[in-house]
Amino acid sequence: MIRELANPTRFMSLSGTLLPWVAGLAVLLSGIGLYLVWFVAPADYQQGETVKIMYIHVPAAWLSLFFYMIMASSALGSLVWRHPLADVSQKAAAPIGAAFTLICLITGSLWGKPMWGTYWQWDARLTSMLVMLLIYLGILALWRAIEEPNRAARAVSILTLVGAVNVPIVKFSVDWWNTLHQPASVFRLGGPTIHSSMLVPLLVMALAFTLMGVALHLSGIRTEILRRRVRTLNLLEAERLDARAA
Amino acid sequence: MTHTFFIVFSYVLTALVIAGLILRAVIDHRAQVRALAELEARGIGRRSRRG
Repeated sequence: MIRELANPTRFMSLSGTLLPWVAGLAVLLSGIGLYLVWFVAPADYQQGETVKIMYIHVPAAWLSLFFYMIMASSALGSLVWRHPLADVSQKAAAPIGAAFTLICLITGSLWGKPMWGTYWQWDARLTSMLVMLLIYLGILALWRAIEEPNRAARAVSILTLVGAVNVPIVKFSVDWWNTLHQPASVFRLGGPTIHSSMLVPLLVMALAFTLMGVALHLSGIRTEILRRRVRTLNLLEAERLDARAA
Repeated sequence: MTHTFFIVFSYVLTALVIAGLILRAVIDHRAQVRALAELEARGIGRRSRRG
């Protein structure tokens, strides 16, 4: 199955069929999620309605890490198997992961001001998330800096794998250090500490964000495959013109 | 500032960032499809590799 999907032509055909369904499901779940958040989920006994920011902040944080893991596994595919589709996958994932990291930081800051009294605090969770955004931006810059796609993919893969050390730091920063940011309340050993009236809308929003991210990733891979075809054809044409001139 | 401002601003900014991602994806995809179609219209296709 994976071998079949790894063929770019096969991938274009399968993803072309899959993409409208994933995107449609993402829109549907976003609608249901927003309805639950705005009309069903209760206000928090301490935070009041400000807790509504959680329903976008937390899924964005999860997707930031999710897309970094996609990039890291694709980077392994690039370095170990030198597969062009792995290169394309990690390149397409970078702007999506960066965007969700930015959403996480902005919404966290806007949630922090009314709750903590400050937009920013240099605590371990916030700082490691900012480092995550900087790594994403570095990766995006490196993709742009090296023109030849295979060379760019190898350089980016190394940076991505080195940067992967920040993923467990982000996840466990709230356990390893004393932070202003609260500890994990959904994915923890003792089970979620959030009441189901808030957990269900949160999970629906997380699923909607995930499907949105997957749809954008599929679309990004398809566009990158086309970009490489265009590049190959342009190079072939240039070679043909050179040969004719000689 | 009221808490409503922080809540609404969070949702608006999130919507803008996601809309930007979608717009960028659509524009980029269309540009590549157009470029490929132009190359093929000029007779520069996969077959020209063998020729």
